[in-house]
Amino acid sequence: MGEAGKVMIEAVEDRGEDYSGDFLAEVEARVEEGEWVTMCTQCGVCSGSCPLGPDWEHPPHRIFQLIRANRRDEVLGSPSVWMCTSCHACVVRCPRGVPVAHVMHGLAHYAVRRGLAPADPPTRRLAERFWENVVRTGRVNEPRLALSLLFANGLAEGVRRTLRSRDAGLGLLKAGRMSRLAAVAGDGVKDPAELRAILEKARAIELAKAAALED
Amino acid sequence: MSDVVATTRTILVVGGGISGTTAALEAAEAGADVLLLEKDASLGGRVSQLSRHYPTLGPPACGLEIDLRRLGASRRLRVLTLAEVVRIDGQPGDYTATVRLRPRYVNERCTACGDCARAVEAEFPDEHDCGLGTRRGAYLPFPMAYPQRYVLDPRILGTPDAERAKAACKVGAVDLEMGEREARVKAGAVIWATGWRPYDAAKIEPYGYGRVPDVVSSLEFERLADPLGPTGGRLLRPSDGREAHRVAFVLCAGSCDKNHLRHCSRVCCAAALKQAACVTGRLGDEADVTLYYVDIRVTDFLEDFYRKVRSDPRVKFVRSKVAQMTRDVASASPVLHGVATDGGQRYAHAHDLVVLAVGMEPGVPEDALPSRLVTHAGGFVAPDPANGAIFAAGCAAEPLDVGRSIQHATAAALRALQVVRRVGGAEG
Repeated sequence: MGEAGKVMIEAVEDRGEDYSGDFLAEVEARVEEGEWVTMCTQCGVCSGSCPLGPDWEHPPHRIFQLIRANRRDEVLGSPSVWMCTSCHACVVRCPRGVPVAHVMHGLAHYAVRRGLAPADPPTRRLAERFWENVVRTGRVNEPRLALSLLFANGLAEGVRRTLRSRDAGLGLLKAGRMSRLAAVAGDGVKDPAELRAILEKARAIELAKAAALED
Repeated sequence: MSDVVATTRTILVVGGGISGTTAALEAAEAGADVLLLEKDASLGGRVSQLSRHYPTLGPPACGLEIDLRRLGASRRLRVLTLAEVVRIDGQPGDYTATVRLRPRYVNERCTACGDCARAVEAEFPDEHDCGLGTRRGAYLPFPMAYPQRYVLDPRILGTPDAERAKAACKVGAVDLEMGEREARVKAGAVIWATGWRPYDAAKIEPYGYGRVPDVVSSLEFERLADPLGPTGGRLLRPSDGREAHRVAFVLCAGSCDKNHLRHCSRVCCAAALKQAACVTGRLGDEADVTLYYVDIRVTDFLEDFYRKVRSDPRVKFVRSKVAQMTRDVASASPVLHGVATDGGQRYAHAHDLVVLAVGMEPGVPEDALPSRLVTHAGGFVAPDPANGAIFAAGCAAEPLDVGRSIQHATAAALRALQVVRRVGGAEG
């Protein structure tokens, strides 16, 4: 081996980086849609098309790169995968057909299961409250969902935030996009018991799948 | 047509581009009777539209000229232009092709003096220049056209222009009574050399082709760069006629993309490198070229050409599939947006001219093939025994550059020769 080659290897060792691990294999085996990672050609059209792209710490193409570089903590602990709003611009443009948004959600879900997800990325809070809200009656109660998000950090901040988004709220009410009564009355599906049964079944399937993946 | 004698020992070549012409010449020079059909008014095909070849940067005129000389010397080769094959029936050794012959309205007395073109007034978009310029209603398709015979655009028939053209012709070559005819020709083997067409860039919606005049296709660039083209070889922006200095090349515009063409079109990388070299060659230090690429796919000896262009400081390489094109409000210049994946930078670069390196589709779409043929995905005709003695040559078979099209066509000629020799042996 020539001198140059030696220097390069030492430099990598000095930084303590290990690119040879099996995080890629872990993602392929255990993350929903994770088998798509190696289809990525690093063209970057996903990151360039993402309306929130500039706000990601690691835009989607780099998430794929980091997985292959064995940077497990950086991927699973990153708020980046939580930035996806499922607009699907990346999914329709990916020249390789990679369902980029679904991979991001798969990673986020896996990070939660592993207890590695960042505590409070904005979309996680929305996702959790949306779920709590919708399973109750089978329909989203928008005023309640909005209020629960606004008051998530306590009363004082809730009042401040509510006042700040007053114009948007009044606009929605005026345009008939949000019902005043819904906050108290609300509306639901005809048979909530059946809905609960469906959801329980889905949950059982999901748990079984997750357990199988942990083997 | 009645003077064309075709038998089951004839090789029928469909398409008069570089592949068809090569196959026809090779077969005729090896002693076979060959009938070469071209649907347009002249031989030459896509190669006649190119400004330069890679990696030599030489003009295609040289090669075409050699072929035209060989054509003149080949007694066994007959050429028919404005002849389109609509149907092929039969089996190896015994095919019958149905051919539609469109009228030229100019007979063989034409001396290509150009009096008819000067006499008519109507102008039409010039097909040879991809519509970037115009031509008269009576025209020679391009200076090196073969045959050297003018054509009347059917749209001037029945107008005073048609009479003007007739009156202007001193040798009585304009014949307004010509009509469309259909003919049947026999052949022992068929060489299908119908070439390629550029992928319709308007289908790549975020790139704005068709909406923004300064976004052009790579084929249109060839016409802009050609000294005999609509701008005399100057890179003038279609929008305002200003000379372009900041030129962008967007690779994989439609190729290697499951939303468009799944296949790699093979020539676009090297062609874009060549076009980048054309810009720097023309503009010197004023050239500001950016090449957006996913991966550079140049093979074998072209690697040296790639290295040479890559080392030119006037050509920037950005590893990125461009996400979006917008227009700068003040200058109306196209602005390209995306993320460079070799460094991670988000960019918004303004350019004077954006060239989309569009992919290759087969010249004749799968559903328009004149016979049931086995094809690859995308409609390229496969080398499959089920296709009998119908052999695809050049870009009708797969995306190929000019040099490899010539090799491929020569191989197709050999296959066809084997078939007609067998027929000859059985009869003789």
